[in-house]
Amino acid sequence: MSEFLRSYLTVAIFGLVGLALVGAFLGLGRILRPDHPTPQKLESYESGVDPTGDTWSQANIRYYIFALLFVIFDVEAVFIFPWAIRLDAYGAFGLIEMGIFIFILLLGLIYAWRKGVLRWA
Amino acid sequence: MMTLGELAYWELTSLRVAGGLAAVLLVAGTLVYIHLFKLVSFMQSRLGPMEAGPYGSLQLLAEVGKFLQKEDIFPRKADRFVFAAAPFVVLMSTFLLVVVVPGGPDAWFVDNDLGIYLAMAVSSVSVIGVLMAGWGSANKYSLMGGLRATGQLIAYELPLMLAVVGVVIEAGTMNMQGIVLAQANGSIFGWSGLGNPFLLTQFVGFFVFMIAMQAELTQSPFDMPIAESELVTGYMTEYSGMRFLMFFIGEFATAGVFSAVAAVLFLGGWYVPGLDATSNVFNVIGPLVMLGKVVFLSFLVFWFRFTFPRFREDQLQRLAWKFLIPIALVNIVATGILKVAF
Repeated sequence: MSEFLRSYLTVAIFGLVGLALVGAFLGLGRILRPDHPTPQKLESYESGVDPTGDTWSQANIRYYIFALLFVIFDVEAVFIFPWAIRLDAYGAFGLIEMGIFIFILLLGLIYAWRKGVLRWA
Repeated sequence: MMTLGELAYWELTSLRVAGGLAAVLLVAGTLVYIHLFKLVSFMQSRLGPMEAGPYGSLQLLAEVGKFLQKEDIFPRKADRFVFAAAPFVVLMSTFLLVVVVPGGPDAWFVDNDLGIYLAMAVSSVSVIGVLMAGWGSANKYSLMGGLRATGQLIAYELPLMLAVVGVVIEAGTMNMQGIVLAQANGSIFGWSGLGNPFLLTQFVGFFVFMIAMQAELTQSPFDMPIAESELVTGYMTEYSGMRFLMFFIGEFATAGVFSAVAAVLFLGGWYVPGLDATSNVFNVIGPLVMLGKVVFLSFLVFWFRFTFPRFREDQLQRLAWKFLIPIALVNIVATGILKVAF
């Protein structure tokens, strides 16, 4: 296997170690902890009063537009990072190109700003 | 004398996993003791824990022992699988993040050319765990906490990434070791006495990165997801015993690992000026240098946390979109112009 793929194998192993660690802690706790469920204990916590209604109802999460903007700006990062590494080679040409790109993005942000969608509705 | 290069992959990986566990758990424990137990106590004119061990240094072990004995309560209405899986996802993201952090010229977990980009990608996995906890608990406080956390994390991930671009432009690489070496071998307008710690030449990036990091860690003044006076403990409301402690450990472990990433990006990582960056010495003192820088940067995080009151949700979004992101974009252009001009 190449070094490149090996390094991702290490990343995956670290992820599994994280899962195993939580599993080990919870497993250790299972040996030690008591287990006496009562109906009151299993009730949802609403500051001590009886819970009302269902939690999984429709709710206005208020940041739909922010999430859309996030996707746009996040994708732009994919283009900026490779450019940032090779800026030495691109020189002034690459700089102007990226300047135009970022200017258009800024225009988009200013447009959203002026449209008032950056206000918490 | 064996060298690292002669070890088989599984042997090296076992060593790295041991190192990774130490880098996550020991650092998290250290930060809890220094900052949460002692720093905040001194700021509030009290001593903090003093009974367990010398100066209360074993308090954390006592806490773990206590939490191990607590009953594990699954709320009746909860989505059991999602509820149970959430702490796993949160702590896994911390371990995925720690792999990019180098501790010395040969003391690294992964020497990957994607480096910091990989770190930015996996760091957002934790928000899935937080949302799972909020949704799975079937509790109104939890759901609101989880949704708030999501809105906050997507708003501050952008300034975080854009602040890193300035560093990548200066270093010319995304490899974390490359970023350390670029700072060690660099010079500021021809003066190389300190190398080129990006803290000095990327101070705008550092400023934006630290604020965004504070928000990503959901520490005050960005702690609306757990806002205890409004939402009890937000997405952790229904968790008890060990499962709650997992979120707690995850919070401090992530604070440590994020500080380590910031230390590599802006403070020169394991390098200290005055020594040769290829010197073998750094494989020994490098991890300690990193620990010192991590404690310093996380001190800043917790200092802010204990000093400032909480933002409102709309103020939080405004700060990210109308202040940090434009500044970060301007910083990229300015850095690019300086890089090409000099």
